[in-house]
Amino acid sequence: MTKTYTRTAISLHWLMALGLIGAFSLGVYMHELPLSPFKLKLYSWHKWTGVSLFMLVLVRLTWRLSHPAPPLPASMPAVLRVLAHATHVALYVLMLAIPLTGWLMSSAKGFQTVWFGVVPLPDLLSRNAELGDLLQSVHEVLNLSMAALVVAHIGAALKHHFIDRDDILRRMLPGNRSNSA
Amino acid sequence: MKTATLRLAAAAALSFGAITAGAAEFTSIDQTASRVTFQYAQMGVGMDGSFARFSARLKFDPAHPEAGHATLEIPLASIDTGSTEGNEEVKAKNWFNTAVHPVARFESTSFKALGDNHYEVAGKLTIKGQARAVTAPFTFEPQGKTATVKGSFELKRNDFAIGEGEWADTTIVADEIRINFQLRALQTAP
Repeated sequence: MTKTYTRTAISLHWLMALGLIGAFSLGVYMHELPLSPFKLKLYSWHKWTGVSLFMLVLVRLTWRLSHPAPPLPASMPAVLRVLAHATHVALYVLMLAIPLTGWLMSSAKGFQTVWFGVVPLPDLLSRNAELGDLLQSVHEVLNLSMAALVVAHIGAALKHHFIDRDDILRRMLPGNRSNSA
Repeated sequence: MKTATLRLAAAAALSFGAITAGAAEFTSIDQTASRVTFQYAQMGVGMDGSFARFSARLKFDPAHPEAGHATLEIPLASIDTGSTEGNEEVKAKNWFNTAVHPVARFESTSFKALGDNHYEVAGKLTIKGQARAVTAPFTFEPQGKTATVKGSFELKRNDFAIGEGEWADTTIVADEIRINFQLRALQTAP
């Protein structure tokens, strides 16, 4: 049984991590700004990143389902195993749901999403200010939930590395020699 | 001789008929069944806007378009730019400056027939104190005592200083704004 993640899985993991932190920070920063050309640019960049991350998570899920993750260390208590799996599932669900709610919110607020200004996404909802505000709240709550889970995820990885001293963190690091294709 | 008189009488009757038909002048706009909308692009994304209120005056006979006259006045505070945030922004000084220039006004200078229900109106459009000549092709389709008028034209917002300062950048909000009008004209007062 493989002990480590594939290089592809590792690349996808860190690419998503970068993208999620970027899109999240942009989202937090931009939404309080007064309306300006700069704000409109930031919104477009945020939306383009969101669409890209959604497609990336589909690629990642496909890869994950066809390349099972290495098993957790045998020393791990059952409760923590369940917790680890639940966190991973929740993160995947959020990585799908967050861009989806962003897209729907954008449509409800009257702004179509056009990926990189080139590929138009259909508006599944027509303009509706109340629905737009509701979806904005959902988008925010989902993001805060993800932020909390990411903190837990990082905390758990560090705990494994520094306290349990197992290979959980190492096997997701790039440049690990035992990584296979 | 008799035939000639009859012919003359027939011709007179026909031309009288034509004059009567010519009196089929449309003199008002039913605002409840009329819409003025616009389209623009923001960061390459198409946006739809509209005006909730406007008032129009009309004198138009499709048989004598050259005698036609029309004015259209739009209180700019009634704008819907397609987003709530945008609706507040465009009233500001950099955009329409509605406190100083509350109304956009179009007044026709000439009408001409292009054939087959198609016409063209030329006139002066005044927004934010800037006047520009514009022409708009339109169709005029009478149905009894009402008629459907549909047309559009494009203006460049920077010609009217709509969106000054940092907003003048047309890579963010495109310069071209397409104005569409769909009006219901009436032969009587509404």
